[in-house]
Amino acid sequence: MLKTLHQSKGIQLAIGFFLGVIFGFLLQKGGVTQYDIIVGQLLLTDFTVLKIMLSAVVTGMIGIHLLRMAGMVALHPKPGSIGSSLVGGLIFGVGFGILGYCPGTMAGAVGEGSLDVLFGGIPGVLIGTGLFAKFYPVLEKKILNVGYFGEVTFPQLLKVNQWWVIVPTVIGISALLFAIEMSGF
Amino acid sequence: MEWLCMKQWSPYVVGIGIGVLSWFAFLLSDKPIGVSTAFSRTSGMIEKLFRGKITTEKAYYKTFPPTIDWEWMLMVGILAGAFLSAEFSDSFRIAWVPMKWGSTFGDSPALRWIGSLAGGIMIGMGARWAGGCTSGHGISGTLQLAASSWLAAAAFFAGGIITAIFLFQVL
Repeated sequence: MLKTLHQSKGIQLAIGFFLGVIFGFLLQKGGVTQYDIIVGQLLLTDFTVLKIMLSAVVTGMIGIHLLRMAGMVALHPKPGSIGSSLVGGLIFGVGFGILGYCPGTMAGAVGEGSLDVLFGGIPGVLIGTGLFAKFYPVLEKKILNVGYFGEVTFPQLLKVNQWWVIVPTVIGISALLFAIEMSGF
Repeated sequence: MEWLCMKQWSPYVVGIGIGVLSWFAFLLSDKPIGVSTAFSRTSGMIEKLFRGKITTEKAYYKTFPPTIDWEWMLMVGILAGAFLSAEFSDSFRIAWVPMKWGSTFGDSPALRWIGSLAGGIMIGMGARWAGGCTSGHGISGTLQLAASSWLAAAAFFAGGIITAIFLFQVL
């Protein structure tokens, strides 16, 4: 039944929008559609971003893997490589530090009235993605596959059942969040 | 319904909410939450308006066709949802220069516009280069325990932190 749902194009467009509305609502309520809060995280004075992301990861991780065990969802890990994930990630990071938003929070920031995102950030991202598409053939040949490791997950890498990774990760993240709270951040 | 009108919620409530949202994305749509592909498709759609078939023949746009899809609707939904939330809490503010930027770099909208444009270009390039952004890799990928996502997320924040500290404390 879920499979039919997944394949209904019209309904999926509506579901995507609806999930987005909730996502945007949550992001705005979390304060992370605001430049000051995101840059505060990057300057390590405000840990709201990390608290939100890590709570989402813990919740998502447990739920998704339980659903997977019940045969109700499939995982979709992205492939990666040093040339793609690390290099691309650092380029993103520099942009992150200058703009002070990421793609998701940019959409939210526009909804909150940020003109710098609407007239500067968004055109910039569109130019950036366009440039990437333009140079993709040569980038793919020269760098994107350097140090390729594919769609591997940590349980697969370590050759263990996923819960041997999930439980310590959840404990570790929870300890980190506790430490952040205790130190007054 | 007062909680809907609050100006800010606990980050833990928001985070758990996003985590639960990701369950539904997988369940109902068989997709991880992500946002950068929507921008890539939009860029392609705009280019297609001007250059037609040349655009759709590009290798990258064969893999990621410039069309409206689930993720594109998600991006539009985020804008709508944030607007709704801001309206409920009377937080909607038309603004050019964020406070923290202004107090360090001055209130010139032109300077902020240049910075936003430059930063945006790098975000766009970097996200597609890495194959995802802080939503696609940082949340969806890490919760799936994908090595690519943990590496990308670490790079996002390492790059961001070093850049921000450089801009705000060294310059």
